[in-house]
Amino acid sequence: MKKFITLITIVSLVSAVMTGCGKEDSGTVSTDGSTSMEKVIGALGEAFEENNSGVTFTYNPAGSGSGITAVAEGRCDIGLSSRNLKDEEKAQGLTETVLALDGIAVIVNPDNPVNDLDLETLGKVYMGEITNWKDIGGNDLEIVLIGREAGSGTREGFESITGTEDACRYRQELTSTGDVITTVAGNPAAIGYASLASVKETVKTLLAGGIVPTEETVKDGSYVVQRPFVLVTKSSTELSETAQKFFDYITSPEADEIISSAGAVPVN
Amino acid sequence: MKNRKRLMENAIHGIFLILGLITVGCVLLITVYLVISGIPAIHKIGILNFFFGKKWASTAVQPQYGIFPFILTSIYGTAGAIVAGVPIGFMTAVYLSKIAPPKVKNVMEAAVSLLAGIPSVVYGLVGMMVLVPGIRIVFQIPDGASLFAAIIVLAIMILPSIIKVSLTALEAVPKEYEDASLALGATPVETYFRVSVPAAKSGIAAAAALGVGRAVGEAMAIMMVAGNAPNMPKVFQSVRFLTTAVASEMSYAADGSLQKQALFSIALVLFLFIMMINAALNFFLKHSKE
Repeated sequence: MKKFITLITIVSLVSAVMTGCGKEDSGTVSTDGSTSMEKVIGALGEAFEENNSGVTFTYNPAGSGSGITAVAEGRCDIGLSSRNLKDEEKAQGLTETVLALDGIAVIVNPDNPVNDLDLETLGKVYMGEITNWKDIGGNDLEIVLIGREAGSGTREGFESITGTEDACRYRQELTSTGDVITTVAGNPAAIGYASLASVKETVKTLLAGGIVPTEETVKDGSYVVQRPFVLVTKSSTELSETAQKFFDYITSPEADEIISSAGAVPVN
Repeated sequence: MKNRKRLMENAIHGIFLILGLITVGCVLLITVYLVISGIPAIHKIGILNFFFGKKWASTAVQPQYGIFPFILTSIYGTAGAIVAGVPIGFMTAVYLSKIAPPKVKNVMEAAVSLLAGIPSVVYGLVGMMVLVPGIRIVFQIPDGASLFAAIIVLAIMILPSIIKVSLTALEAVPKEYEDASLALGATPVETYFRVSVPAAKSGIAAAAALGVGRAVGEAMAIMMVAGNAPNMPKVFQSVRFLTTAVASEMSYAADGSLQKQALFSIALVLFLFIMMINAALNFFLKHSKE
């Protein structure tokens, strides 16, 4: 009797797990991944749903790493990553398509008199070689370095652009763009970085070597603190009809306007 | 008729057994999963390097996985929260059970319950917006996100459980004890601290253990106020706890990488910590019944 009951429990648990894994039917597009891409992919999804009635679009903001894993395991149609795929991820049979470019804005408190930092100075600041704002034209305050957690696409992008990989002396490592902006807005000595698309008026965006971060300067490459927004798909399996339609739509010039109104820079 | 009744009884027993097994099954599943996924990284990194390594740089070119700073931070943070929270919670419980007029007691008890119901992310948010800038200004330091901020948030979070459990223990003290003490000429305050509190001491110890359990396991609120840099703990230094170490890096760690496995190992260490605290809690509760 006991064994029988245990068996039933196990069977029902296993079947519950199995049904949860089932791939969704056509008529839905599921995306999973980068939190930085929330605005862009959300706007695209909404527009796609409007143009195709009856289609459901879902987006799970789980972070680039989780999104890539989800595609590899077939748990979603399209993965979203705010960094290029690593070689070991490509070896798992994943393909990347660059959807857009995103500038990374370097932000400080609005009370900070500093307006412009070139890439080299920025690197020195983040590596702890310059520790006081007065050395770079600011007030006599110790610089408080705000960054993102290890593995974040924004952090990887920022550190590789400024050449500060593994050398940043972060005072705080926060887990979301919103937290970075809130913290910088609340501390006159803080400096942080965040996706250009999500920067709010509560913080001041710095120029990089005299270049204002805008759509044009990101696209033509003159604003150097930038990274790609990548669509990740499985090379071996074909997308469902709806997902393919969505993929074609967002990579077509039609979607450019939506992408730029969401703050990123389309590449097509 | 009798047979049908017995069948019914048996069926209900079976249903209860299944419901009970679900809980046991979940615990077993989690334990086995954690052990299986947590052991390999400890093995690869080496027990000494993992537990006593002082540097955590999981995404560096030459990664280092030392969790000693996290262990110390979790111990210091929890100890700090207990040192700050237990006296306040305990005194509140003494006041509520012995001194407070019924009206005050009702209002305060409702407030305590409400405090227990506030989601931890709200504690974190308020801490981030009010406490962290406040600490920066009051102590004249460059940044307020620190072990100190985390201790304050944790101390407030564990207050409700400490108050409630201590209150139950104090109210269970037989009234005759106190009456006898008063009849012998002791003042009410002497009676509370010399008679009621000693009689309820194992319950109060259980309250502290419960507080420890809650403080060790909290992640969301302290992630927002502690700064999360993997430093060795100092009061006004940005620190990372065992819980926040897992929570902050899990979402971006590549599958199958040593980083992700090491995060599972941290979770296993945390799990063992909490198991030990639960064992202590059970020990105290057993003694309080005797």
